[in-house]
Amino acid sequence: MGTLKLELKGITKRFGSLIANDAIDLVVQSGEIHSLLGENGAGKSTLMNVLYGLYEPSAGQILVDDRPVTFNGPSDAMAAGIGMVHQHFMLVPVFTVAENVALGNEATGTGGILDLEQTRRKIRDISAKYGFDVDPDAVIEDLPVGVQQRVEIIKALVRDARILILDEPTAVLTPQETDELIDIMGQLKAAGTSIVFISHKLREVKAVSDRITVIRRGKVVGTAEPSASTTELASLMVGRSVSLTLDKAPARPGEETFQIRNLTVMNDAGQALVDNVTFSVAKGEIVAVAGVQGNGQTELTETVLGLRKHVHGSILLDGKELVGRSVRQVLDSGVGFVPEDRTTDGLVGSYTIAENLVLDLYGKKDFSRGFTLNRAAIAKHAAAKIDEFDVRTGSAEAPVATLSGGNQQKVVLARELSRPLKLFIASQPTRGVDVGSIEFLHKRIVAERDQGTPVLIVSTELDEVLELADRIAVLYAGRLMGVVPGDSSRDLLGLMMAGLNAEEAQAHLAGPDSARATTTEGEPA
Amino acid sequence: MSTTLAPTAPAQDRLIVRNWKVPVVFGILAAFALVVFAVLGPGGTATFRLSQDGDAWQLPNLVLPARATGIVVTVLCLALAALAYRQTQRTGRTERWLGVSFAILFVIGLMVWIIAGTNTQNITLVGLFTGAMLIVTPIVFGSLSGVLCERSGVVNIAIEGQLLAGAFTASLVASITGNALAGLVAAAVAGVAVSFLLAVFSIRYLVNQIIVGVVLNVLVAGLTGFLFEKIMKIKVEGATIYNQPPHLPNLPIPVLSEIPILGPTFFRQSILGYLMLVLVAVIWFALYRTRWGLRIRAVGEHPQAADTMGVNVNRTRFRNVLAGGAIAGIGGAYFTLVAVSSFSKDMTGGLGFIALAALIFGRWNPVGAFLAALLFGVAGNLQSVLSIAVTPVDGHFLAMLPYALTILAVSGLVGRARPPAASGVPYVKG
Amino acid sequence: MSDNRAAPEAAEAASAAPAASAGEADLTGTGTAASPGAAPGQGNRILREIMSGNALVSVLAVVVALVIGGLLIAVTDERVGAAAGYFFARPGDLFGALWASVSEAYGALVRGATYDPTARTWLGQLGIFETLTIATPLILAGLAVTIAFRAGLFNIGAQGQIILGASFSAAVGFGWNLPPVLHLLAVILAGAVGGAIWGGIAGVLKARTGAHEVIVTIMLNYIAINLIGYLLKSPLKDPNSSNPVSPALHDSAVFPLLLGPNFRLHAGFLLAVLAVIAVAWLLNRSTLGFELRAIGANPSAARTAGMVVSRGYIIVMLIAGALSGLAGVAQVAGTEKSLDAEVAGSIGFDAITVALLGRSTPWGTFFAALLFGAFKAGGTSMAVNANVSIDIVLVVQSLIVLFIAAPPLIRAIFRLKSASSRGAAA
Repeated sequence: MGTLKLELKGITKRFGSLIANDAIDLVVQSGEIHSLLGENGAGKSTLMNVLYGLYEPSAGQILVDDRPVTFNGPSDAMAAGIGMVHQHFMLVPVFTVAENVALGNEATGTGGILDLEQTRRKIRDISAKYGFDVDPDAVIEDLPVGVQQRVEIIKALVRDARILILDEPTAVLTPQETDELIDIMGQLKAAGTSIVFISHKLREVKAVSDRITVIRRGKVVGTAEPSASTTELASLMVGRSVSLTLDKAPARPGEETFQIRNLTVMNDAGQALVDNVTFSVAKGEIVAVAGVQGNGQTELTETVLGLRKHVHGSILLDGKELVGRSVRQVLDSGVGFVPEDRTTDGLVGSYTIAENLVLDLYGKKDFSRGFTLNRAAIAKHAAAKIDEFDVRTGSAEAPVATLSGGNQQKVVLARELSRPLKLFIASQPTRGVDVGSIEFLHKRIVAERDQGTPVLIVSTELDEVLELADRIAVLYAGRLMGVVPGDSSRDLLGLMMAGLNAEEAQAHLAGPDSARATTTEGEPA
Repeated sequence: MSTTLAPTAPAQDRLIVRNWKVPVVFGILAAFALVVFAVLGPGGTATFRLSQDGDAWQLPNLVLPARATGIVVTVLCLALAALAYRQTQRTGRTERWLGVSFAILFVIGLMVWIIAGTNTQNITLVGLFTGAMLIVTPIVFGSLSGVLCERSGVVNIAIEGQLLAGAFTASLVASITGNALAGLVAAAVAGVAVSFLLAVFSIRYLVNQIIVGVVLNVLVAGLTGFLFEKIMKIKVEGATIYNQPPHLPNLPIPVLSEIPILGPTFFRQSILGYLMLVLVAVIWFALYRTRWGLRIRAVGEHPQAADTMGVNVNRTRFRNVLAGGAIAGIGGAYFTLVAVSSFSKDMTGGLGFIALAALIFGRWNPVGAFLAALLFGVAGNLQSVLSIAVTPVDGHFLAMLPYALTILAVSGLVGRARPPAASGVPYVKG
Repeated sequence: MSDNRAAPEAAEAASAAPAASAGEADLTGTGTAASPGAAPGQGNRILREIMSGNALVSVLAVVVALVIGGLLIAVTDERVGAAAGYFFARPGDLFGALWASVSEAYGALVRGATYDPTARTWLGQLGIFETLTIATPLILAGLAVTIAFRAGLFNIGAQGQIILGASFSAAVGFGWNLPPVLHLLAVILAGAVGGAIWGGIAGVLKARTGAHEVIVTIMLNYIAINLIGYLLKSPLKDPNSSNPVSPALHDSAVFPLLLGPNFRLHAGFLLAVLAVIAVAWLLNRSTLGFELRAIGANPSAARTAGMVVSRGYIIVMLIAGALSGLAGVAQVAGTEKSLDAEVAGSIGFDAITVALLGRSTPWGTFFAALLFGAFKAGGTSMAVNANVSIDIVLVVQSLIVLFIAAPPLIRAIFRLKSASSRGAAA
């Protein structure tokens, strides 16, 4: 089993008008761990799906050991010695480990009868070699996520993968499982397997990599050695793009009317998604929750709205408890809510713009008489809001799905801001929105603040956070890393988003970088 | 290498999810048994005749005193319910054998109660089972068609249509050729034709699979009805000639056919009866022990995973739906080549939907579907056997049993009926 | 994992694309266009609907289905077979025979369903009223399927709901003695309640346990079939009859005939029209309908907007059941005047095809039911006058629905452009 050199030359991948990868060059030397670092949406997964034969590149070339190859599907990539562990595991939940490993590559006796014993033996061999501790006859859905990931790695190794792509492998792992994975990667490398490690977590990348390539907005923006400072990597990853300046008067925070106290939210399996979080938002202030996608922000806002089960702790609005209330009750108590994904949670695509503008207001007496909708009032409301929020459309009766992303978002915001609020929550208020609309939406959010409403923003875009926030709360793995002023530095926020609490991050920035980094990282936060 | 890179997470308390449905259902049924079988049980006896005249070995009749049996059954049911309660308390779930034992016990109690309460008070078990096979056979073929389709991810509501198409074509072709086997082959082809439409519309055109199934049933009913009027009623010299199929003869297997009860039930059948038994075994084996089966199950559970491992999802589905059609078509031939002597309109009479029920109640497993079909067949036949007698419970309620049990199964009240995860979901690559 | 919101990067990129309606109700693959109510600009909307190709696809689907049905009629016609025997000698004969058989059959169908000047009695001439009579339960049961569709549920259980409704209304109709108008109202109410119970079971199971409504409603159909078998064996059986039928309903309990004793058309038809208006109002003008449609089109957005999805499922299945129950009333208290085991006939399944052809809008369902009612009424006359079995109607009906459900197929046959590009051009 020799090692393999992999080279990507000028890989471009377009989805319609969207360029996910823009002329990316990447060389993975044989036997190295090469990290691909970048924020969510930077184009890392797209690039790897191209490499694994799932997407066809719009332009560019893949070379394996200096020979150009084309992959028509995953089988071709596997045949060329490339294995991939997807972020969302490709495992059949009701199958055993052995069955999953065998699938597509089955050892059979006469008449196609499965010889799972052979597969079991291979699994045991690999398990023994790398200390995996995987039972070939365990059923996948009964296994912890970390073990499932090892099964994915075994799947690749059984097929003699010499280059292993790990796509955000730590995103779903507990810290302990992450440590174990890092050990495994070291062993694989020692055994001659090259690894492409995709991550946005600086500390992990620094800990495992031989070399680091940083991607931002579909382009390679630089390469770095793992000895580079965390600050350096963070600024490469997040970028220092000139942000749109927003005319924003200083906040005049009033009373802290919205308070989250010791909030813990668990999933059905009993794992904490939001872990003992406490903070508050004052009237006339914008608090932005920053963090990498999937660190509990979504669950936090859903919990406030009353969409989550297994909630412990307290959420107070004007002294009234929101935990245990229905969504309707929460909305009626004066909460405006802009969900993170407008197409699945914010809008009914086949409904007209006018209908979507009253999606959570249709029952109010302004828009209905008894059981009858007041069509005239709804139309009047729509005309006013379309005008006020500058929604670009021919007709209020057009299905909302026909609007551009920015105009759809204006519809959601217009609806949620069209009644007196005691709290305004907006998740990813400008995701997938054109630049012109971003400015407009930001102004509206600030205007709501200036009316004295407490505003809670969730955003994974650091630019947006810095632009809007009066204070910034950073979440990492469901835990609050601290609440810092709105004018905090990107470096500080980057470190906190990577799992350092506010004091640690500040100390880190103050002192000499690399030496202290390892010691700080070793301590529990 | 740093091993404590990330901060340690606080200990997470895991919730034990307890499913109380099983003990609750057991408790209710046990209470029912207590009141109906034991306290209010009829005073007489239930006689089960185990042999028919002319059997090589004559077994004595089994005579059970009704109330005593009821009391025994009730006590055991209560014990099992208590056990289920304890298991749930401890582990959150109950073991499989509990449900099976409970079901068998309850059915025994029910049958003794019914038979002891009727005016005849005795029943021939052999007759009950052999009669049941007339229903069981097409149900099993239909269920196997469903197994193949749904295991690969295509919902097959069109089983009824496949059976009907098979019945019609078998009769027509066997009449024309004078050869029952030719009819059998033609029935398979007809089933494949129905399946082809199901596959094209649901896989190629991504039409909702349930709609296609429902509509195909109507289409086949209309088509066979129309052609029945047009062709099968043509008379030559005063006799219809296109609806007089030769029969598939019964082929008793020596020795085996003399086993009490089992012999007459399973080993005095036509070739179709044996084919059914073979298919149940072969499909079960193929599904769980071969490469073919592994891939099919993967496609039905997680098509994307199968795809990334190089399995062609839609081709697998297409082939399986066609194979299912062939099997259901052959099952349809049973109606006209074995059960009765000619085709009549809508002669499948909803058995295709009982096949669907058996498939679900049998948890999408060929053997499970076979056992469910046996249960449903016996219930159905008991109903017709008792239809003239005065019984404590009307036969129509027995006939509801398959459907009621299936509703309980899909509601998760009895067992856990979990369909293949991707069943009914079209696969679009990318 | 529980974090079902975590989207891969590709999905993120794709979310910029216009939102497709995510509802299960989108069964025909074409999106349920809002039905033309009295909303502002409704004329525009109707026009757009016709021009957008969806309506065109419906019409073409009917045409293709009729053509295939015609071919079937032709090839099984003896004269055609005879002419084919000497095709090479006189090819014209074959086509003549083909045309004769098809035109004869469809001619009889159309005349039977509408107006037949050749019929001996003026009763037989006006088949249109028989069409309306047959359409009555189809309209009501079709609405039951339609309204459930719009809330994202596939109600295959109209048959069972009809049986329950019919049984309840029959029991009240011959079992109770009430003054005339009151008695009929009680019969109607009883039918609605009976159907609502049956539909409600499926709704509650869906909402509480997640049991798939398709399986549950199919099974409930067969339970209902056995239940009516039992009811007609003793509790509801006419003691003076040897057949399993109920006693005739009291005169005070039946719908008045609209056109005198010579036609079967009864006031149940007016009830059906009222139901169409009511369902149209409910879906398009009421707060409840707003909620139900939102749940059907995008349950997670509905939930985020404060609607309770499980409650919506229960309510809509109660309403759907009640509508099917009314179809049962129309049969028992209108057309048949007594209860028998065949009361639901094929209405339950016809209702599904009616709702699909009507694109799950109330008025679409109404007209689709009229069309299928005409097929049934005309089919009888076709069977008598052209010796073509009425079963051909089932064939045509199911083909129509298959083609409507697969617009790409119809577009491929007629080489049409896709609906979206047509819409843009219009």
